[in-house]
Amino acid sequence: MKITTRFWVSLILSLPMLIEMILMPFTNFMLPGGHWTMVALTTAVMLISARPFVTSAWASFQKHHSNMDTLVAIGTATAYIYSIYAMLTDKAVFFESAAFVITFVLLGQVLEEKMRDNASDAIEKLVNLQAKEAEVQRDGQFVKIPLADIVAGDLIRVKPGQKVAVDGTIVEGTSTIDESMVTGESMPVSKAAGDKVIGATINSNGTFVFKAEKVGNDTMLAQIVELVKKAQNSHAPIQNLTDKVSDIFVPVVLIIAIATFLIWYVFLGTSVADALIFAVSVMVIACPCALGLATPTALMVGTGRGAKMGILIKNGEVLEAVNDVKTVVFDKTGTITVGKPAVTDVIGDIHQIIPVAAGLEESSEHPLAAAIMTYAKAQNIAATPVEAFKAIEGKGVQAQVNGQKAFVGNDKLLEDVEISADLKTNMLKLQNEAKTVVFVGLDNQVIGLIAIQDAPKATSKEAMAALHARGLKTVMLTGDNQRVAESIAKQVGIDEVIADVLPADKADHIKHLQHSGAVAFVGDGINDAPALTTANVGIAMGSGTDIAIDSGGIVLIKNDLRDVDTALALSKKTFNRIKLNLFWAFIYNVLGIPVAAGLFYGLGLTLSPEIAGLAMAFSSLSVVTSSVLLGKSKITAHTATI
Amino acid sequence: MTKIIVLIAGLALIGFIIWWFFGKHEVATGTATVANNHQDIDIEVKGGYSPEEVVLEHGVPATLHFTRKDASSCLDHVVFSDFGINQALPQDKQVAVEIDTSKPGEYTWACGMDMFHGKVIIK
Repeated sequence: MKITTRFWVSLILSLPMLIEMILMPFTNFMLPGGHWTMVALTTAVMLISARPFVTSAWASFQKHHSNMDTLVAIGTATAYIYSIYAMLTDKAVFFESAAFVITFVLLGQVLEEKMRDNASDAIEKLVNLQAKEAEVQRDGQFVKIPLADIVAGDLIRVKPGQKVAVDGTIVEGTSTIDESMVTGESMPVSKAAGDKVIGATINSNGTFVFKAEKVGNDTMLAQIVELVKKAQNSHAPIQNLTDKVSDIFVPVVLIIAIATFLIWYVFLGTSVADALIFAVSVMVIACPCALGLATPTALMVGTGRGAKMGILIKNGEVLEAVNDVKTVVFDKTGTITVGKPAVTDVIGDIHQIIPVAAGLEESSEHPLAAAIMTYAKAQNIAATPVEAFKAIEGKGVQAQVNGQKAFVGNDKLLEDVEISADLKTNMLKLQNEAKTVVFVGLDNQVIGLIAIQDAPKATSKEAMAALHARGLKTVMLTGDNQRVAESIAKQVGIDEVIADVLPADKADHIKHLQHSGAVAFVGDGINDAPALTTANVGIAMGSGTDIAIDSGGIVLIKNDLRDVDTALALSKKTFNRIKLNLFWAFIYNVLGIPVAAGLFYGLGLTLSPEIAGLAMAFSSLSVVTSSVLLGKSKITAHTATI
Repeated sequence: MTKIIVLIAGLALIGFIIWWFFGKHEVATGTATVANNHQDIDIEVKGGYSPEEVVLEHGVPATLHFTRKDASSCLDHVVFSDFGINQALPQDKQVAVEIDTSKPGEYTWACGMDMFHGKVIIK
């Protein structure tokens, strides 16, 4: 029988007794049939609603185990059996206590079950994001097929409003895509051929065709679901305490209950009935469930909420570690900076320089060439056609443009050509800003300079300010040279720079920093993996390599450094909620048991079994509710206020 | 006189509780049956798990078949925190839980409220 049914049965059967209890002091109202009616009602409650408690308690007893059911079963059975004996021998009975306790405990379980479902629905919501079908090219035609039939390499057409089925790369068409459900990024992202698309995101205005690359369990969404599942069910170290307590909890409570009875009856000389009531109250108020639920429910809600914001917290250990973090260390390239060098300044006549530079760099494979090409494209400047292209090893490239010799290259080219004093001062100025300067020349004369830099992400500065507001120290750890590193650090406001670090030494530097407190490391590359593992908290950028993502304890899907602050805020909040839950769960028992045992009898403070049952029901309910509320509470990231 | 008898009986009961719950008692261990390169074992969920310890062979895909015969809401989920599994166990229905046996070691499982525990040993 379902818990809900059991609850309604016991509630309806208990109601007459409740009415009698309330009305009796005023009107002397008695149930027709007196005690016999009570016996009948309570027996029905015991047989229908309480029997599962007894069977479960007995089954675990045989295995040398005990649980909440043990306490409820023994407590209510004691009250019930004693009352039958008391009725036959004409003493005071307390049938209603047994019935009320069962009703209240079941009420607590019904509500708690609802809340628990509520707490764990994050995964289901994620899975439901998945598209159900897609238009896939088969035999030259686009046909609708179910998601499961899509294989890597399929061409998939996505119309406006449709969901992108799997992960892939656009081959044709442009559009803007709402990726908020996966990355948490609220602004739609524009995409064109060559751009990656993520499964389960929603296409807004354009139609495009993309090639499926990752399907089934390999898609980003599937991986996120897997990560969140693991995180939600992981074990937080703080739970070790409750594990130990829960093993001995119920037997200890039983012993306390027996001792309570013995002390009241044997030593204080109360009646058997009074002594029994104290003992039953002790058994009923003790609630091991609240202790057991405190950590997992908060963990579930906290990690689920993170996933919604594009922040994957991998397990409970990470949550705890975040609390002690004093220093946040960042990798530079790809983490603080965009990771793609870009043109920052052009000195000279832009319409003369860029066509030449673009024409020459079109055929080059140098990373800086890509920066110039992107810039030309963005400025809508066409490349001048060139002839006789030639790369000069270590210096640059040269070619013929309109019959003149043109070149693009670094300062080593300067030995052979002339440069004006004005351009030379500009060059020095740019180099001092830690920019790489490229010279563009025509006919043995330098006509202009192009400065290229891996610029910081627009949000990096804000992210650092937020961490400082949190009282954390920020450090940059990079293999780049000191000048470039310092310039970037200054731009974004980082406290300390450790430059010229070999990839293999990154982890050692982290160890060194750990002497002055716990360290979080934020990185994205393969070379960051050891540092991510060494740090107390490893934070991997979602755009990073799979190895980095595997090594990190927290993954930021959005690639936005501001999420470091949000992740720290969320982790702290979740961990604090766990502590709060545990505090309440313990307090219930630490205070409830002595009161129930009649320790404060002298002060007139006692607990009847039915009140104890109500308190017990609400202890686990309040813990679960507190966890669910975590999903609604405000995450006070400092970024919001800057 | 009655009081002394009650006192003795009460103390004896306390002694029994200590011995019964805290004493060393044997734990039911089960080994999965291997057939067609797949190992299976049935686990009954009733006031705990029987068997409570399951020995699995390393590298052979394994399925644990849980059947909950207990109405207690304490046991309505089974959680393997190492594998990210949180499986609901409807009463009286057999539920299969796949276990990844690629890494030898001991993995514990627990009920949803972390009150009952079991262990998978992959050798």
